[in-house]
Amino acid sequence: MIYRFIPALTLAFALITTPVLAVQPDEILADPVLESRARELSKDLRCLVCRNENIDDSNADLARDLRLLVRERLVAGDSDDAALAYIVDRYGEYVLLNPTSKGANLILWIAGPLMLLLGGAFAGNYLRRRRGLAESTPADLSVDEEKRLSEILKE
Amino acid sequence: MIVELGHFALILALFVATIQTVMPLIGAHYRWSGWMAVGEAAASVQFLLVAASFGALTYAFVTSDFSVVLVVQNSHTLKPMLYKVSGVWGNHEGSLLLWSLILALFGASVGWFGANLPPTLRARVLAVQGSIGVAFLAFMLLTSNPFLRVAVPPFDGQDLNPLLQDPGLAFHPPFLYLGYVGLSVAFSFAVAALIEGRVDAAWGRWVRPWTLAAWIFLTIGIALGSWWAYYELGWGGFWFWDPVENASFMPWLIGAALLHSAIVVEKREALKAWTILLAILAFGFSLIGTFIVRSGVITSVHAFANDPERGVFILLILAFFMGGALMLFAARASAMEAKGLFAPVSRESALVANNLLLAVSCFVVFVGTIWPLVAELLWDRKLSVGEPFFNAAFTPFMVVLALLLPLGAMLSWKRAVVGRPLRALIPALVLAVSLGLLAYAMQTGRSALGPVGLGLGAWVVFGAMADLWQRAGRGTIGARFGRILRLPRADFGKFTAHTGFGVTVFAVAAMLAWQVEDIRTLRVGESFDLKGYTITLAAVEKENGPNYFTTLATMDITRNGAAIATVHPEKRVYPVAGMPTTEAGIDYGFTRDLYLVIGDAQDDGTWAVRSYFKPFANWIWGGALLMSLGGLISLADRRYRVAAGARARGRSGKAVPAE
Repeated sequence: MIYRFIPALTLAFALITTPVLAVQPDEILADPVLESRARELSKDLRCLVCRNENIDDSNADLARDLRLLVRERLVAGDSDDAALAYIVDRYGEYVLLNPTSKGANLILWIAGPLMLLLGGAFAGNYLRRRRGLAESTPADLSVDEEKRLSEILKE
Repeated sequence: MIVELGHFALILALFVATIQTVMPLIGAHYRWSGWMAVGEAAASVQFLLVAASFGALTYAFVTSDFSVVLVVQNSHTLKPMLYKVSGVWGNHEGSLLLWSLILALFGASVGWFGANLPPTLRARVLAVQGSIGVAFLAFMLLTSNPFLRVAVPPFDGQDLNPLLQDPGLAFHPPFLYLGYVGLSVAFSFAVAALIEGRVDAAWGRWVRPWTLAAWIFLTIGIALGSWWAYYELGWGGFWFWDPVENASFMPWLIGAALLHSAIVVEKREALKAWTILLAILAFGFSLIGTFIVRSGVITSVHAFANDPERGVFILLILAFFMGGALMLFAARASAMEAKGLFAPVSRESALVANNLLLAVSCFVVFVGTIWPLVAELLWDRKLSVGEPFFNAAFTPFMVVLALLLPLGAMLSWKRAVVGRPLRALIPALVLAVSLGLLAYAMQTGRSALGPVGLGLGAWVVFGAMADLWQRAGRGTIGARFGRILRLPRADFGKFTAHTGFGVTVFAVAAMLAWQVEDIRTLRVGESFDLKGYTITLAAVEKENGPNYFTTLATMDITRNGAAIATVHPEKRVYPVAGMPTTEAGIDYGFTRDLYLVIGDAQDDGTWAVRSYFKPFANWIWGGALLMSLGGLISLADRRYRVAAGARARGRSGKAVPAE
């Protein structure tokens, strides 16, 4: 956590002279519905010159440009998906903080559930074995023991 | 001179660590008690040497000795004393020295507190611990020496990064390292047990306090970092799913799983191989975290700091210890046959479910963290994996965990009946569901996040209470309370830690669901309303701090005309480091924080102001604090203090009675 913001801020400082807030008052759209859609979209877009910050939180100039671009597209009547597609076309897949599930990314999305299934099957098998032993071992006597027991009973 | 002595002590420490690795290992193999005993002395000496070295570096920082490169790069004469000291570990080389110091401290502690361990096991644990020391001391001396001098010392230093000049950050790394490195003891115990070829209830009992201690420190370290991010970064975020954060979160998750599975080994002599594997993996993730933070590989694919040489060295350390331990595990694990038998419905099974969920959630974090690297290497795709992915992929596991926790924690060992604990949990269930419904009815939006979070959190917290209440047996209320007070401390630890988990679950959901944000421009003297509070921008002044310039705002908060608080958000610029920082003005409250940030002056003479109403913010870290407190109480349990008796009983194979 310590190391993460240092380069981002150093760079931010190189780009701008004074610190600014993330979303500026002059950026906000008059239409609250459009504005809240823009805020939601901003949270899924990466500030390209920062480390793992979305454009909604970032202070960098480039983030501001992207925020304005998102709003421009929404005002022009784009749907959320169309606005995202427009930005991905220009800045590449890297700009999406929420990776798509296209192609190899499918592995990323199903890795967790798949692992849970595998682990679950493994654990289930283990539990079944534990129970199998729990029920059989104490009851079953070995052949020798049976013999000895019958001898004792005969006496 | 003192700096050279520190350097020399570090080199000596490397030699002592080598002796600590080799002699006890050979001694344990041939049963030579003299050679085995070397481990203890070597561990203490190694600790003293690294401590002397650390002291020398601290001395250089405190006296601002600018003939040392590290001091020049990270200190300044004008800096307050606290940050001169914390500057020692606020950089790569110094933090590595702190890491080695803590490693040596844990090694020495095994020697000091491990008198009740069987001599061969103790010798082997110390040897493995020593070998980790060798790796890190060599790493430091070969690639990251903190004691290098400059030929022409400058008049003054370049200052510590201003973001690090903060009390929260001064103590965040030491706690994190105590956690990371503490897990090395669990690792050493696991490897030693694999070499010995036996794991029994006693082993579980020895390894748990170390894991517990490491996990407590890790919890505090993560919470401190998150709290620092909250008040320092200027928009009140508390968790970003950043690779570096994930690096600390992964060992935390595995450590939590290990804590629980070690109980099963101790009480039931089952899950042995799995627990060994967890102990190896927990430290493995600590090393991976070190690698991620210091090599810059994962973030540097696209960006900044990058030091391939250091990265490769850490990767070699990781490969050696993980590869070696896992090979040993593969060869020996089958010999760890389990003794305890249990039915599918039992505490053991519940703890298996706990382990499964924690391990898989850690796996999800791991895959998400390294995916950008994998995608670029294999398919040449440059992509990002950020907060939205982790929120979607990780949260379900925590939801299921919280759902199962109260019931699982109440099942009896070996063979459980679900009916009894379920009946005891009915009040908790009713309370939780009604609280969730109430929240749903009262809130304005339609989002289910807040109500579900409240319901889940309440279910865990009230479930923990129901557990304690049921443990009190039957009888009058007075008799029950009397019995609760006499319960072992481990029960209170469990209660406190689980309560903390519930509190954090609720607080995170509440913060995400019910936060209110307001962005506007204000003239000095103007005011606005936020969630029933009236906030006035009273003044904005330019001032000078000890080593920074600041734009200092004064903002008054009132409610229905009554003054609540006056806060001072700031915008600072540190001229030496050339860097701006934001200091939010926060009015902390029990059920809410008001979080105010001052921005730039606008052309028309107004100021940009960002303000947030943050519900139950403190509860997030309060919950984390409760979790670590629970660990601490559990650590104080009687069974860890009566060590000698524990050993005798553990060895005779008669484990403690369940519960």
